[in-house]
Amino acid sequence: MALMRLTSPHAHGPMSTQRVMQYVLLATVPGIVVLTHFFGFGTLVNILWGCLVALACESLALKLRGRPLGFYLKDCSALVTAFLLCIALPPYSPWWLIAVGIASSILLAKQLYGGLGYNPFNPAMAGYVILLISFPVQMTTWAPPLGTAGELPGLWEALQACFTPGLYDGVTMATPLDVLKQNNSLLIDDLWQQNPQFGTFAGLGWEWANLAFLAGGAWLLYKRIFTWHAPVAMLASLSLLAAIFYDGGSSASGGSPLFHLFSGATMFGAFFIVTDPVTSAVSLRGRLIYGALIGVLVYIIRVRGNYPDAVAFAVLIMNFAAPFIDYYTQPRTYGHSDKRGEK
Amino acid sequence: MRKTFGFHGGIHPPENKHQSVRTPIADAGIPPQLIIPLSQHIGTPAGVVVTIGEHVLKGQVIAEAQGFVSVPKHAPTSGTIHAIEDRLIAHPSGHLAPCIVIVPDGKDEWIECVGTPHYETLDKVELINLIRHAGVAGMGGAGFPSSVKLSVKAGTHIETLIINGTECEPYITADDVLMRERADQIIEGAKILRYIIGPQETLIGVEDNKPEGIAALRAAAQGSGIEVVDFPTKYPSGGEKQLIEILTGKQVPSGGLPSQVGVVCQNIGSTVAIYDAVVHGRPLISRVTTVTGNAVREPQNFQALIGTPMRYLLEKAGYQPEKNRRLIMGGPMMGFTVPDIDVPIVKTTNCLLAPTEAELPTPPPAQACIRCGMCAEACPASLLPQQLFWFAQGKEFEKLEHHNLFDCIECGACSYACPSNIPLVQYYRASKAEILQLRRDHEKAEASRIRFESRQQRLEQAEAEKEAKRAARKKAAEQRAQATGGDAGEDPIQAAIARAQAKKAAQGTGDGDESELEKLEKAVVSAQKRLDTATTKLEEAKAAGSDFVEALQTGVDKTRAKLAAAEQALGVYQQSHQPEAAVEDKPPVDAAAAAIEKAMAKRQAEAAQSPAEKARADLEKLQKRLQKTQETLIQSKANGDEEKVIIALESTVVRLTEKINAAQQTLQAAEDA
Ligand code: SF4
Ligand code: SF4
Repeated sequence: MALMRLTSPHAHGPMSTQRVMQYVLLATVPGIVVLTHFFGFGTLVNILWGCLVALACESLALKLRGRPLGFYLKDCSALVTAFLLCIALPPYSPWWLIAVGIASSILLAKQLYGGLGYNPFNPAMAGYVILLISFPVQMTTWAPPLGTAGELPGLWEALQACFTPGLYDGVTMATPLDVLKQNNSLLIDDLWQQNPQFGTFAGLGWEWANLAFLAGGAWLLYKRIFTWHAPVAMLASLSLLAAIFYDGGSSASGGSPLFHLFSGATMFGAFFIVTDPVTSAVSLRGRLIYGALIGVLVYIIRVRGNYPDAVAFAVLIMNFAAPFIDYYTQPRTYGHSDKRGEK
Repeated sequence: MRKTFGFHGGIHPPENKHQSVRTPIADAGIPPQLIIPLSQHIGTPAGVVVTIGEHVLKGQVIAEAQGFVSVPKHAPTSGTIHAIEDRLIAHPSGHLAPCIVIVPDGKDEWIECVGTPHYETLDKVELINLIRHAGVAGMGGAGFPSSVKLSVKAGTHIETLIINGTECEPYITADDVLMRERADQIIEGAKILRYIIGPQETLIGVEDNKPEGIAALRAAAQGSGIEVVDFPTKYPSGGEKQLIEILTGKQVPSGGLPSQVGVVCQNIGSTVAIYDAVVHGRPLISRVTTVTGNAVREPQNFQALIGTPMRYLLEKAGYQPEKNRRLIMGGPMMGFTVPDIDVPIVKTTNCLLAPTEAELPTPPPAQACIRCGMCAEACPASLLPQQLFWFAQGKEFEKLEHHNLFDCIECGACSYACPSNIPLVQYYRASKAEILQLRRDHEKAEASRIRFESRQQRLEQAEAEKEAKRAARKKAAEQRAQATGGDAGEDPIQAAIARAQAKKAAQGTGDGDESELEKLEKAVVSAQKRLDTATTKLEEAKAAGSDFVEALQTGVDKTRAKLAAAEQALGVYQQSHQPEAAVEDKPPVDAAAAAIEKAMAKRQAEAAQSPAEKARADLEKLQKRLQKTQETLIQSKANGDEEKVIIALESTVVRLTEKINAAQQTLQAAEDA
């Protein structure tokens, strides 16, 4: 029998792209559970519907591009995009909003650029921003958290909200970040007392959701799915700016570092969006810079911009910058005295 | 405990070493046929010195070394030369290569071996020669002749001698069992190496997954001053560059050699072979090879003769061919698959790995790169493999070089770690080969461009010179006719004046001589430069264990010859132009006076000599010089030297011929007088 000729290495490690994606999916579970606890089944319904649309879009694109379905679908990347976008969307979003968002993510932001690995922008965040610009009203209404406006909607209501949006009349409430932004006369402490959305140190429910995403991210770090550099840099620069401009909680305060760390999409962004390998910087130093700049942008947009949260914009802007960061942060190769080319 | 340093990246693949260390080293015995490839390592192949049918003794030289980077081959046992022909050998290319086939007579009769147990009685050069004649070459990796590694350039200060007992590749235990069973020989060999190199310290580096080996070495090293250093297991800490960093904290400069940071490395196998060669006078004719993998029933280590067909060894270990689809020489990370199980083992065969499909599955198709960076985290050279992959796909060669592709040691850590199963190393190998090919093409094109341009220039220049000389001669003749009334040649002083004047005239029109000198100097400088780059490239290739070392070596040799030729041409030129150059240095007005002075002085000095004799002597001198230049010219043509050098030499010949003509005329005139 003829012997097979293959080039080295002949051994391969245990990691596979599919497994990386599955780990990421798994790591979102605590966050989803907390969101569901505080805001009801909205997010869960988002995700279920989003996944269906995502698989359909991915299959369609692969078919059009003449690629084998099974091989590409099994990398689970479409599901990851669906999960991430649907977590970011307001709970109880109508089906068409989700569908448009997912289709934009998968078809425009990912497949149009050549599929997984070739997309310059984070697909979930690209989809999110397209929705935010096209449907600002739907995108900025958030459900009230548990304990502020009576009973949470049940699963049935959640499904109704999604698939027969015209018939569903849900209650909405501004998010803590919104409240803070609208504030122009109250001290932070007063603001805290007058608005039911605030919890112990950040938004009610939000603080727990952020903690849960932090836990998921820590597990991924432990599993070495990504390195600590980008998320830590982002959180550090965000807290630093928040600390500098906190000014003791006056009416012009931008909010405390703790508030910023545990509000909105901070932890979710830090560990699930900023760490998207495809669209971030590649070297470790590059990731530090990439993450830190995202943190800076998040703070600036949150405090000075027109949108309630800023992770999506900050990430997209830095996606642009990633190739330049890569260019200037090439690591020093063994046996070279500086970064590039020269010995 | 000695402080060790880490290195960037690295991976921890399953070690799979326990299978093959359960039994001591077994003697594989004598196979029915031995096949000895003439080129077992990088470097020039050896030249055959036996004929078919000849009877040889064990240890007898059957092929001589040719060139510096070459070692001789010895008969691994006594027997008859059966054939000298091309056979399939274990090489990644899967090509046929010239081999000597020996049919053993079973007597295993040694030639007389003269050992030198008191090696201190020999000097270093003698010892290095002895090691070379024993055919000792690196016994892992590229198989670089040990003698070459030991011949450190004079003036290089070696601080550390490192014996590499790391053996970081999974499965392989050949060095491990040597350490366990022959620690004394390793220490003795290390002492010999220490004597040859004279380092400040001698270290044996071993990964901490070989506690038995470390213990045995430490016991044997008692009181020898040789330190056995262990450090955490991580692939590829056995890479020469990585090991140097682990033990000394220093990095070998890119493209450089370990000696540049004061280090010389030898591996365990070679150290034992050196011990055998020096103390017992035995050449390297056998080695320890691990035969392992789940497709053999009894994985173990064999002491096997070089040239033993792999099939023979595998069968001794209980080979189950039906379970084995790929046979790997070396380890699972850097080994390569052999084309056929009948190929012979060579000096670098540290392992035969016969895995089952379940053990090392056929890689699934590659998925897209998700830029996760796991490859970069694993890369011991701190490269960005994902970027390299990206550029390799797009054939962006400049960017590849910019991202230091050539610092990749092809360790495979990146491919191992890549979750998308991308065969990264394969891309790098292909790109490296393509870039080297492009470089060669480019050099060729460049050379022919220069050749064309300088030919053009030469033609123009020759034309201008001729024109100038013609004018000058005419003028000189006229002047001479005026001054002496047709009595030319009678008075050498007059002739000198005329010549000087003619020269002055010639200078006015074309500065042929000076540019000639410049050209020659430039040729020397550029040859020197080229030699430098070629040498660096060679060293790079050597360090990387590239397949191109041989080609590069020839390149370096050639360039060196060219440099010599260019220098010679310059020397010849300077010699022949010395007096004139001196004259030219002074303002042209003085040239005539100086020439007169010189000629007068000469006449005084050579008063005893008749003008005819003097002219004859001059002529002879010129003829000799011409002959020498012509020889150089022929030589450099034969060497295929660069056009520039040849042109320089050619124009020297032309000028000398002209001078000889002139001298002949002078002689004629003198004799006539
Ligand atoms: S490990 Fe593989 S998938 Fe990840 S960045 Fe490197 S090449 Fe790409
Ligand atoms: S094969 Fe080259 S690029 Fe890959 S890890 Fe080894 S040195 Fe780095």
